[in-house]
Amino acid sequence: MSESPLLVVEDYHVGFRTETGLAKAVDGVSFTLNRGQTLGIVGESGSGKSVLNRGFMGLVSSSRMIESGSVLFDGQQIVNQDRQDLWGKRIAMIFQDPMTSLNPVMKVGKQIFEPLRRHLNMDKGQARERAIELLTSVGIPSPAQRLSQYPHELSGGMRQRVMIAIALAAEPEMLVADEPTTALDVTVQKYILDLLRELQQEHGMAMTLITHDLGVARGRTDEVMVMYGGRKLEHAATETLFADMHHPYTEALLASTPSLAHPKHTRLFPIPGSPPDIVDPPPGCRFSPRCMYAQDRCTTDNPETTSLTDHEYACFYPVGSDAGAEALKHNQDAGQTATGLKIGRAKEGAH
Amino acid sequence: MAGSGKAHLRNADEVLLRVENLVKEFPAGGGKVVHAVSDVSFDVAEGETLGLVGESGCGKSTTAKAVIQLPPPTSGSVVFDGTDLTDLSAEELRQQRPQFQMIFQDPISSLNPRRRVRDIVSEGLEIWGGSGGGAFTEGRVDEIIEAVGLDPQEARKRRPHEYSGGQCQRISVARALVLDPKVIICDEPVSALDVSVQAQILNMLEDMKDRYGLTLLFISHDLSVVKNVSDRVAVMYLGKICEIGDGDEIFKNPVHPYTRILLSAVPDPANPFAGESETLDGELPSPINPPAGCRFHTRCAYAQDICRSEEPQTEQEGDGDHWVACHFPVRNDAPAAD
Repeated sequence: MSESPLLVVEDYHVGFRTETGLAKAVDGVSFTLNRGQTLGIVGESGSGKSVLNRGFMGLVSSSRMIESGSVLFDGQQIVNQDRQDLWGKRIAMIFQDPMTSLNPVMKVGKQIFEPLRRHLNMDKGQARERAIELLTSVGIPSPAQRLSQYPHELSGGMRQRVMIAIALAAEPEMLVADEPTTALDVTVQKYILDLLRELQQEHGMAMTLITHDLGVARGRTDEVMVMYGGRKLEHAATETLFADMHHPYTEALLASTPSLAHPKHTRLFPIPGSPPDIVDPPPGCRFSPRCMYAQDRCTTDNPETTSLTDHEYACFYPVGSDAGAEALKHNQDAGQTATGLKIGRAKEGAH
Repeated sequence: MAGSGKAHLRNADEVLLRVENLVKEFPAGGGKVVHAVSDVSFDVAEGETLGLVGESGCGKSTTAKAVIQLPPPTSGSVVFDGTDLTDLSAEELRQQRPQFQMIFQDPISSLNPRRRVRDIVSEGLEIWGGSGGGAFTEGRVDEIIEAVGLDPQEARKRRPHEYSGGQCQRISVARALVLDPKVIICDEPVSALDVSVQAQILNMLEDMKDRYGLTLLFISHDLSVVKNVSDRVAVMYLGKICEIGDGDEIFKNPVHPYTRILLSAVPDPANPFAGESETLDGELPSPINPPAGCRFHTRCAYAQDICRSEEPQTEQEGDGDHWVACHFPVRNDAPAAD
């Protein structure tokens, strides 16, 4: 922890110009990532977790996108800079769907040779040799034969292993893994996550693991950041977060997840309502319209981030505090929250 | 595993649906045959939810579709409420169709984007009039749209793209319910949804099941979800059933080696099997040329000679509703902590 962090993100914003106004996909997010560490980023669809990562990687640059704030990668400012010289060489990325991120009309071998020849200036023979090594390291059987196959000839798990081999070809210092196992079966998911952890330890690589699966985040990360509506709501060491969560959104996410611990037909607790409109977000705390703890203040003021050792959260009435318990009781007695959300025995529904 | 046998079937008069020796094969060109589902038998009682789990390619969707004759199975019988669906003529089968409905994984692509939501929901009723749904009338379209948690007035004006993914899945459920079906096949109905929305849909399905007396075949690769919604669970591998029985029992005390591997891979902090280090070696064998004997033997740590030659039959495990097709079931009661 003493050496300088690999990635320092400060007050980072990504906006998209749309017909109805500026969509604030990432709205003032700050975090640091140390070398060799894994940061899990969780949240619902539209929480900004992917855009955050694609933003600082420079993958969403277009005339409609605006970014601001500061992102230091190894001490170098990369916001609004050309980041192409980092791609593949220093930061690599793997995506959810390995079929659409591999080129379907190019043989697997050629796709692995590309980063090797481009970033490491290898000749054909060296690249071929290294490619076989890489495929072996990600657990692909008969790697020499795979080089002359096309992506469609491989299973989903195999394709994701090829993606990982390509991403790690130039031994990058950081890997952005955007839902890398969401499309895969649980047994393959376990294999890929084990593999990533192994390779990460071998190379001392930092990783951001974007996932909607709290179980994956819990088992595979050092720290977890919870995002909602483009903002960071809570961030803590993984163990701390799951043992003692403070943000009502984190609590609600966990409560809505079915668990093997519960007997059949256990009633789940969905989060009522839907994620906020990021063009015209609700005033105050963005989660307030769906929050069981919401008070008047939550609808007008945006809560500042409270920083404890290894734990940050942005909430006026945190879970586990007296203020939180009082707020919840107050709402339960009233039968509704300050935003008019009915709570208690009321039936949940789409409206 | 990968076994056959019918020891786990209940008496015909206790069940609504009884599937025996179901086989579904597809031509693969060059005279080859894909053995998608091979000799699968199971039954479902009225009002029960049977969860089908297994990895991609294990035949769970093909099984469910063959049950409702879409397309009909290659062989085997599907007895629904005393009638063997595989014996019916095309017209007789058509008359049975309103009893079976289906909900798909991708709620948005399974709805016609150019039609208004209320029209999508009421179409079945327009086709069948009173003959299919019996008591259902035009007014009940609104009732059903309301029952799934949507506003019937808005549904008259709006099209699917104006609804969120979770709401589109509600529309799919309403469409399935409008003809008062007996059986609904849910094929990965919540896989494309966020957990918060997934919980809404699962709760809603449970409510609809109670309210309309539905019997569900619930297909999912997510074991936590299957455990939550199912009364009974069937674990499938390469076109065969490995283990079947009461959901709580199977998740608490899995004895088939494949079920245990599957369970140990679930990233759930409450997973008692997470510590087991077994992983699945190798690739799924091709269903064109499935392994002889137990189909799982090529990847099973417990495999012996008999597993390579003789297919295991389902046998009762303990004295409850728990059946397994394996020569060497794994019987250490509680998983070791280390």
